Amino acid sequence: MSTLSRTLASRTRREALEGYLSISPWLIGFLLFTLGPILATVYLGFTQWTITQPATWVGLDNYTRMFTRDPLFWQALKVTSLYVLLSLPLKLICGLALSLLLNLKVRGMHVYRTIFYIPAVISGVAVSLMWIWLLQPDTGVVNTLLDLVGIQGPGWFWDPQWALPSVALMSVWSVGGSAVIYLAGLQNIPPHLYEAAEIDGAGSLARFWRITLPLLTPTLFFQLVVEMIDSFRVFTQAFVITQGGPLKATYFYLYYFYQEAFQNFNMGYASALALFLMIVILVATLLVNATSRHWVYYEAETEGAR
Amino acid sequence: MTQKLTANLPQTRQASTLASPFASRRVRAWLSSTLAYLLMTALAFVFMIPLLWMLSTSLKERWEIMAWPPQWVPTDPQWQNYIEAFTRYPMGRFMLNSALLVVINVIGELLAVPLVAYGFARLRFPGKRGLFILVIATMMIPRHAMLIPLFTIYQRLGWIDTYLPLTVSAFFGGPFFIFLLVQYMRTLPRDLDDAARIDGAGTWTILYRVLLPLCKPPLAIIVVYTFWGTWNDFLHPLIFLNSFETYPVQVGLAMFRGRYSVEWHLFMAATLVSILPILVLYFFVQKQLIGGIASVGLKG
Repeated sequence: MSTLSRTLASRTRREALEGYLSISPWLIGFLLFTLGPILATVYLGFTQWTITQPATWVGLDNYTRMFTRDPLFWQALKVTSLYVLLSLPLKLICGLALSLLLNLKVRGMHVYRTIFYIPAVISGVAVSLMWIWLLQPDTGVVNTLLDLVGIQGPGWFWDPQWALPSVALMSVWSVGGSAVIYLAGLQNIPPHLYEAAEIDGAGSLARFWRITLPLLTPTLFFQLVVEMIDSFRVFTQAFVITQGGPLKATYFYLYYFYQEAFQNFNMGYASALALFLMIVILVATLLVNATSRHWVYYEAETEGAR
Repeated sequence: MTQKLTANLPQTRQASTLASPFASRRVRAWLSSTLAYLLMTALAFVFMIPLLWMLSTSLKERWEIMAWPPQWVPTDPQWQNYIEAFTRYPMGRFMLNSALLVVINVIGELLAVPLVAYGFARLRFPGKRGLFILVIATMMIPRHAMLIPLFTIYQRLGWIDTYLPLTVSAFFGGPFFIFLLVQYMRTLPRDLDDAARIDGAGTWTILYRVLLPLCKPPLAIIVVYTFWGTWNDFLHPLIFLNSFETYPVQVGLAMFRGRYSVEWHLFMAATLVSILPILVLYFFVQKQLIGGIASVGLKG
């Protein structure tokens, strides 16, 4: 009996050892590339440091500067928040609508799915360059087409009023990415629910509001969080298309951070900026998560199966 | 037996309601599917306009690109624009740089992720739950929060302007990929492990000989996503590299836009070339991907 328990104990110990060994790459990477740097960022946020001179402790000065003496910080925060508020509903609604279309049972649907997903796989610089060309105020094809139907197109990225909405509109082009995720959610809805509803005489609108939407809320929630985090981190468009302009209308937060850190080398202040954005994203995520209890519908079945 | 029953059910139901609205129902179905086709074709065309216009621009002569009204099909397609784009911009160099980064990162992820995922999915050790929550938590942490300390460390190590900062972390496994593979491995029956163990297989043999061969779908997603992520990455190479000949394609293109007045027909040719590898990869994997992406990632 005792030998049995001893061999069992040595086996558990061996398995634990193997377990730690197998996850060790991630653990080491986590310490080196995530935890360590984050702690360093927290520390650097309390210093003044310009690369050429050693870091000096300045306490909360960076943060008081951010909140009381730095109009650029407020501009960047305003632009980024506006963008989140503008693009998030736009992307969610368009993505959902597209996924409903893609879920129709017609032949050849996979061709359409393939087409709509294309913009989602090319990203960043190439897309930005493409839109610069398309949205040229005088010679761009979009304004020329608008001209043909008698609408005078705006100055898009070159008009302070239109620059930020233009970036948001541009993001709708790649909405096929989220549509595919909604599609997976849609296809997980058991068909017998629709059949039952149809027998009960529910119309297609009622079926959408009573069945589709509630059962899709877990997917919606997931997508909302992912896209919100993404929207806070816009950088490429600001760097490539507008350089934050015109009149700082697209002065995205991460672009400001980039300029402070890697062009002006105000590493201390930039660390404070970086940390603040991280906290904003964290709080926003927690807020969305807190509301999820009221609107995200989890099927009793799936809960029970765990 | 049950199959027969369910197969018969709808028919009988239809038969009772069918008598007169038979024709109108078929017409309605035909109408709605035609409408769906029309709507989706129109929408697909709108979605493709930007890319088509880019292609059209890239095949025009210089005088033609601003012609009014816009010319959709170039009068005389200038295929040599593509050759000129390669000579005007060091596109070959940029593309090779990007390809090298992709290969290294894919190797790194494929070495690390299965090992780590196996530990979380199959082995028992104290603290596993907490550590796995940590994996998920790190997925949420925006990477910019680590950039400044990493930049200064890399600078001290003399790694700036090398590919090390852009590749090393892959060899420790990306948290999202680990999560993905753990979720997938958990769906594989444990009987497989047990059977192999009875046959005398050790812990690592089970991973590499039994489980991994069954994990092709998530592994494919890891490869594809790493490819896309590396190819499309802009911020990191922008920060960690500073000589022109090391630039991957995204940074290279952005720099050309910044420094020189742009000749759009050549520039659009270069931009199209830069997305070509992504598009080609996409067309190869799209069938598995669009079906598989979300269902692998979201369940659990």
